[in-house]
Amino acid sequence: MKTRAVEVTVGAFVALGLAFLAWMAITVSGLDFSPADDEYRVSARFSNIAGLKPRAKVTSAGVTVGRVDEIALDPELGMAVVTLALNGKFDQFPLDTTASILTSGLLGEKYIGLRMGAEFDYLIDGDEIVDTQSSLVLEELIGRFLLSGSDD
Amino acid sequence: MINFLAALGRTTLSRLAGLGRAFFILAQAVFRPTGAGASIRLLWPEIYSAGVLSLVIVAVSGLFIGMVLALQGYSILVDFGSEQSLGQLVSLTLLRELGPVVTALLFAGRAGSAMTAEIGLMKATEQLASLSMLGVDPVQRVVAPRFWAGVISMPLLAIVFSSLGILGGHLVGVDWLGVDAGAYWGNMQASVDFRVDVLNGLIKAFVFGIFVTWIAVYQGMDLIPTAEGISRATTRTVVYGSLAVLALDFFLTAMMFGDY
Repeated sequence: MKTRAVEVTVGAFVALGLAFLAWMAITVSGLDFSPADDEYRVSARFSNIAGLKPRAKVTSAGVTVGRVDEIALDPELGMAVVTLALNGKFDQFPLDTTASILTSGLLGEKYIGLRMGAEFDYLIDGDEIVDTQSSLVLEELIGRFLLSGSDD
Repeated sequence: MINFLAALGRTTLSRLAGLGRAFFILAQAVFRPTGAGASIRLLWPEIYSAGVLSLVIVAVSGLFIGMVLALQGYSILVDFGSEQSLGQLVSLTLLRELGPVVTALLFAGRAGSAMTAEIGLMKATEQLASLSMLGVDPVQRVVAPRFWAGVISMPLLAIVFSSLGILGGHLVGVDWLGVDAGAYWGNMQASVDFRVDVLNGLIKAFVFGIFVTWIAVYQGMDLIPTAEGISRATTRTVVYGSLAVLALDFFLTAMMFGDY
């Protein structure tokens, strides 16, 4: 085979591979090349986060507004401290915003839902969401149901 | 008893000597390439025969494996009413495991065996000896370009495999079984992380490329230069290459995805 033809086919092969890689980055992994919007971090304390994982969605009215950045345990209070990285575009969450851990579908993944409050001041980087609602743990629910049943 | 010990010692020594020769060839191929211009010119035909000629088998296998994954995944997921996760299942399976591993297995069979046979025949017909007599180092002239061609081609082939697999999954899942296209791509984008999944898959393919090509060129250089020797070395390339890929895959997976 002519050297020229070999070079052309090899070039096409490499280009094809790189094109598929770019396609993979954009379409499959949803990589965003636009400069990352500045994020701001707020924390929230939950008494139980059972099943919430880092990188889980943070939504408000169903719209994804950020991700769970870090999960830690506050050893003094025995509560979970969840750090949320919220997109800088959504910087108008009032101070009395409620954070609750929700489940998508019956068995789906856990995510955090934010419900806006009514204060005039907004959450900024480093603030803490005070009003939180923990994850529903099925075992606890069943336990409570059984106990309340035995009272009758 | 003494005979047994002697046999054991002989086997160990010959294995160690073989390992030493293998590392020697690898070191020569990696650290003593020919001059830049010449080695690039030698590289193109090798990428052509290792990469471009493997493209068809890799593309077709990728497409069909993606289609089978979608079909099987759908029939299980639909029982739980979560067929929306089909895109996630197909893409993660392909990117993390099947893409690099199956491509490497195909590569060992398609390109690795050809490399071994080619180098082996060069050795049997004393072309390698002639090269040395001309003052050309056969490792630089014959082995190094093939080694680099394999290392470069493997990740590219793995990308093509995974991409076509995802498209094949789309074909079966969305166009045939009726999963919502938005859910297919949306769930995929939500769960596939570029660094964790795509890049780690590429690293796997790269490592497999190094080992499969290394085994192929070593078996070619080290065989007994007869017809039978070539056939046995070609078989060994495929067997050892495949085993190395599967064993390495376990360790790489444990290192990369052990925490997820």
